[in-house]
Amino acid sequence: MTNAAVAVQHQSVKADDSFLTIRKLTKKFGDVAAVDAVSLNIRKGEIFAMLGASGCGKSTLLRMLAGFEIPSSGAIVLEGQDITSLPPYERPINMMFQSYALFPHLTVEQNIAFGLERDGMPKGDITTRVTEMLELTQLKQFAKRKPHQLSGGQQQRVALARSLAKRPKLLLLDEPLGALDKKLREQTQIELVNIIDKVGVTCVMVTHDQEEAMTMASRIAVMKSGGFLQVGPPREIYETPATKYVADFIGNVNLFKGTLSVDEPDHVVIQTPECQHFVSHGITGTLGMDVHVALRPEKISLQKKAPTPQERESAREDGFNCVQGIVKNVSYLGSYTTYHVKLSTGTTLKVMNTNDARHDDHRLDWDDSVYAWWDGSDVVVLTQ
Amino acid sequence: MSSVSLPTPQPAQSASRRSWLDALGARTVIGIPFLWLALLFLVPFLIVVKISISESDGIHFKEMFVFTDGHLQWNVKWGNYAFLASDALYIRTYLSSIYYAGVTTIICLLIGYPFAYFMARSPATWRPALLMMVMLPFWTSLLLRVYAWKGLLASNGVINDLLLAIGVISEPLKMMNTSFSLLIGMVYAYLPFMILPLYANLVKLDLRLLEAAADLGAKPLTAFWKVTIPLSKAGIVAGAMLVFIPCVGEFVIPELLGGPSTLMIGRVLWDEFFSNNDWAMASAVAVVMVLLIIIPLAIFNKSQTENAAREKGRI
Ligand SMILES: Nc1ncnc2c1ncn2[C@@H]1O[C@H](COP(=O)(O)OP(=O)(O)OP(=O)(O)O)[C@@H](O)[C@H]1O
Ligand SMILES: [Mg+2]
Repeated sequence: MTNAAVAVQHQSVKADDSFLTIRKLTKKFGDVAAVDAVSLNIRKGEIFAMLGASGCGKSTLLRMLAGFEIPSSGAIVLEGQDITSLPPYERPINMMFQSYALFPHLTVEQNIAFGLERDGMPKGDITTRVTEMLELTQLKQFAKRKPHQLSGGQQQRVALARSLAKRPKLLLLDEPLGALDKKLREQTQIELVNIIDKVGVTCVMVTHDQEEAMTMASRIAVMKSGGFLQVGPPREIYETPATKYVADFIGNVNLFKGTLSVDEPDHVVIQTPECQHFVSHGITGTLGMDVHVALRPEKISLQKKAPTPQERESAREDGFNCVQGIVKNVSYLGSYTTYHVKLSTGTTLKVMNTNDARHDDHRLDWDDSVYAWWDGSDVVVLTQ
Repeated sequence: MSSVSLPTPQPAQSASRRSWLDALGARTVIGIPFLWLALLFLVPFLIVVKISISESDGIHFKEMFVFTDGHLQWNVKWGNYAFLASDALYIRTYLSSIYYAGVTTIICLLIGYPFAYFMARSPATWRPALLMMVMLPFWTSLLLRVYAWKGLLASNGVINDLLLAIGVISEPLKMMNTSFSLLIGMVYAYLPFMILPLYANLVKLDLRLLEAAADLGAKPLTAFWKVTIPLSKAGIVAGAMLVFIPCVGEFVIPELLGGPSTLMIGRVLWDEFFSNNDWAMASAVAVVMVLLIIIPLAIFNKSQTENAAREKGRI
């Protein structure tokens, strides 16, 4: 193919924007749908993460993409080609397995070369490609070792090198860092994203670690019982969760149950037992309906004196979004501190403040009586 | 003694004492089977070696070392071995024993591998029943089972009668006392020894490795050759040794099912001992047989050790 042809192809892909299309994909085990009519478009070059609790069907969906599970119904289309019924060995897709599944009888080199040999690539080209992969993953000095002679992190890199060696159109990662300890995992997340970016491969990953999804992915899908609850960039999922489950699943959140008491186009008020929540944007809902209010712990300010109207940016919010309570727990965690504030209604409010010098002179302690308040723009109203 | 002078036990000391005790325990546990082997295998073997090189006056064996006139006399006779090496019949018998044992091993592997493979892939609830069926023959004596084959394969046996009755053949087939009947008997008797280690190995195979192979573009057959077979090497070697080694020296099956043309060293051994009463010669034949078997055993041992090292590394 000439360079011009490649360029044209790229443009056409860009034009319709969907590289991988999943249409109403369903997988049933007996009567239970592990994946239930999932539809999705994935763009070229993006890192897409599926996030969800154990048993929600993440692996099943990924395994259908790889070709290990045959969908009960629905279609998978990759670059315009329907691959739904293609066996795994004919798909231009490679997977990095959760437990790596490295061949124990082959050396690192041979593991990486395995897929290339299956393609009948000439020997010289294989050597070149393997060397390139070893360099990319910094495994050069381990080339002649067997997998059991490597550390967990090194094995993970071999698995990555092996799955990238064939230059797949789509890379699947099943819990790519699940087997690593926390510190190594954080460090590897960045490394992994850098390598994927360098290669420029489109990537679908599965994880149940929300931090991992937030760090690595350009878009996240939150899954529950076989379906997608919400799909969007990490920030959107975090700041404007669509449902109570998503809000609760991603990060820490304070949830209040209440009713819609004022419904204006530019603001609404939610009445909960704790206080009146002023929300500085409109929502689609009817007056008097039951809703939940979600509030991130780091959006809440905490102080001993009642906040003055000057402290609050908007005078309209005076009298709203403020509760009084008693500090019941203080956990100093270095860069930030978390507080548990017990409200008069019995609810416990989670608050998280960064530890900059400003807070030092009026440090809060156990059993201090405090005011907690927040901005109307930080309140998220959840109607489902 | 006053309480002050009592030495307080040092933690390090007690720890080293504990490890010393552990080592003693480990040595005892390993030592018992070693002692067993030394007493019941090594000592008899050395006796057989001694007999094979002793001079005999027809009734008694001469003392090997005699002290006469102030110097040591050494009565060692290598004649039996020289005779073994020079007599074409013995050499042919050894070669033919190895040949039949080898063919038996290969047929067992060809039948046993698919069997063990599908057993290992069958639903977990079926496996105990299938395993039971493999071991079922052991509930009857080998001798009886081999005799049963006589009844099946004889000129007026079940198989010939059946074929004659349905008109496939007009004359009974000569199946008994041929290499065919010998191999059937040996394969039949030794098949479980091939299947069991293969099954134990294949059932442990991580199926995700086959998925990984498929993912990397290997069709099922390629995945089988490139992943399943290499990873079951230890099982293949174990099964092959368990069949080959006893087959080389097998006596009962060649005696009952083999013919005059199927030479096996076990029968020669029997004849030397019990027909010719030439104990020294029989011992020499046995010693050479053991040495012939020890070589593949050493290979087996080496591969097992390598395997153990690999397993250890993986943990
Ligand atoms: N082969 C199978 N047969 C029957 N049920 C299955 C099979 N594989 C998965 N399931 C069921 O489908 C559901 C989804 O499983 P899946 O492995 O996709 O979950 P997951 O989201 O990957 O969970 P985890 O985070 O624990 O890996 C589960 O309820 C599981 O019990
Ligand atoms: Mg899973």
